[in-house]
Amino acid sequence: MDKTRRNLIVATAAASGAAGAGVAVPFAWSWWPSERAKAAGAPVEADISNLAPGELAVVEWRGKPVWIMRRTKEMLEAVRKADDKVTDPKSKDSTQPEYAKNENRSIKPEVLVLVGICSHLGCSPQAKTAEAKAEMGADWAGGFLCPCHGSKFDLAGRVYKGAPAPINLEVPPHAYLSEGRLLIGEDKQGA
Amino acid sequence: MASRLMALWDWFDSRMPSVAEEFRKHASEYYAPKNFNFWYFFGALSLVVLVIQFVSGIFLTMNYKPDANLAFGSVEYIMRDVPGGWLIRYIHSTGASAFFAVVYLHMFRGLLYGSYQQPRELVWIFGVLIYLTLMAEAFFGYLLPWGQMSYWGAQVIVNLFATVPFIGPDLALWIRGDYVVGDATLNRFYALHVVAIPLVLLGLVAAHILALHDVGSNNPDGIEIKKKKGPDGHPLDGIPFHPYYTVKDFAGAVVFMAVFCAIMFFVPEMGGYFLEYNNFIPADPLKTPSHIAPVWYFTPYYSILRAVPPISLDWLGIPPTQFPGVMAMGIATLILFFLPWLDRSPVKSIRYRGPLYKWALAIFVVTFVALGYLGVEPVTVWGQSGAWLGNADRATVAARVFTVIYFAFFFLMPWYTAKDETLPVPERVTM
Repeated sequence: MDKTRRNLIVATAAASGAAGAGVAVPFAWSWWPSERAKAAGAPVEADISNLAPGELAVVEWRGKPVWIMRRTKEMLEAVRKADDKVTDPKSKDSTQPEYAKNENRSIKPEVLVLVGICSHLGCSPQAKTAEAKAEMGADWAGGFLCPCHGSKFDLAGRVYKGAPAPINLEVPPHAYLSEGRLLIGEDKQGA
Repeated sequence: MASRLMALWDWFDSRMPSVAEEFRKHASEYYAPKNFNFWYFFGALSLVVLVIQFVSGIFLTMNYKPDANLAFGSVEYIMRDVPGGWLIRYIHSTGASAFFAVVYLHMFRGLLYGSYQQPRELVWIFGVLIYLTLMAEAFFGYLLPWGQMSYWGAQVIVNLFATVPFIGPDLALWIRGDYVVGDATLNRFYALHVVAIPLVLLGLVAAHILALHDVGSNNPDGIEIKKKKGPDGHPLDGIPFHPYYTVKDFAGAVVFMAVFCAIMFFVPEMGGYFLEYNNFIPADPLKTPSHIAPVWYFTPYYSILRAVPPISLDWLGIPPTQFPGVMAMGIATLILFFLPWLDRSPVKSIRYRGPLYKWALAIFVVTFVALGYLGVEPVTVWGQSGAWLGNADRATVAARVFTVIYFAFFFLMPWYTAKDETLPVPERVTM
């Protein structure tokens, strides 16, 4: 048997195999977000001058709900009290810009900005006020409940212990354009 | 006239004899054991459902629009305005659940009679591949109506991939083709559901049947009928598949179609289990329905996912992650591949096995159904446990117990099947 002929077959087969794998690249490549999808991910502006204390507004950014909540003094106190009941009180493992990595998880203490998508598997939690004690338990001081797998979050988006969600809700990059106008999705003009 | 037809056939046969050859090989001269019972209907029935899904699916594509702005409306259009459109859609949606029902019963038959054991390992492996492909097909198809359940179900499943350490978020982005489940996702899922996965499915079904016909069918006694052949060279306990089993399976298909039609005409939604009520509301990316659950055929694995708590690996620098639950769910399906090697029993059929395997299988069936039930319900369904269990939801505790039993069935199998007593297996099949 002529071994050199066999080598030629092996080499040809290996080269065609590599070429075949190379052909898969453009197809796999086509699955990345298109230029149009990337453009649609641009920052959005929100007017919060009319947002009453305790009120929650929802704006859409990159197709996701972003919550803006003007917290009252009582609500901020409730956040303090929840420190020992949440998994990650200092947001050490959670996602937020540096300027929101503080005790209230916000730039201005009262204005909370969160991506309303659960850190567990991506459902959108629902706001539950402090009045919802019958459903949420006697010590409930207000916050959010994920309908999919029951994760509970406090009024700073921090997840309560024992919930399936591993980390706190994400604070998106955001900045104040003026007193009542918020830019969500970009932080270069940030505080 | 008849002789004209015979002449036409002879003309064809002399030019393409492989048609008659293959028919003989796989039907009229394929010898199947003569003692097939009720459990042997479900293989043929899954083929019937496959055809139903292909035909009804093709006709649905003629009016469906894979566009995030038009999809929901086009499904409503099919239901209300297309002549007979409601019927075609209900055929397809009932067919999806029927597919899993017959496949689960078909797989249970394998567990009863050891149909995965040597020399049928490949038949089993191709079967598991069909099952996994079918899950993908069902998942991609479920997004298409673009209702609330479609949307949020896809969101949750795609986010399972985001939990993979390091590459997860990019992987999920790549699968979606957008930052959220959107038009790009819908379009590619449509292509996969309608073209790519059905092609894979067809190839796997062919491989499953070819592998089966090479080694021959198992039977309720778990005896190799090829070991006892008559003077004509055919197994003594075998009968030609055609006409004997084609006729028998036809009778089974008639009964099956009666049940199928009863469901399709009278309870197509099956109380929210076949078509979930929330899916009659258009997808809203800003609002999750108050209770989301997968369709019934996914719920056993969904329960396993929910049962495993997030785990933190601080010493590796990995923040708390849901990945262990996702892995448990993946292992729960992939472990099926190893069944032929986990089972150490010298006999195949449950008829000649001892009490250990009978109990194990019975407990496994209860566990699978219980996990399925828990996956449909919210975790709060049974209220909270006492302080001795850390006030955890009772349903979560139960799901954890059942998850452990589910894995114990497989991981302990080498031990209890080897230890189990067995009865002597007869020489010839019993009826």
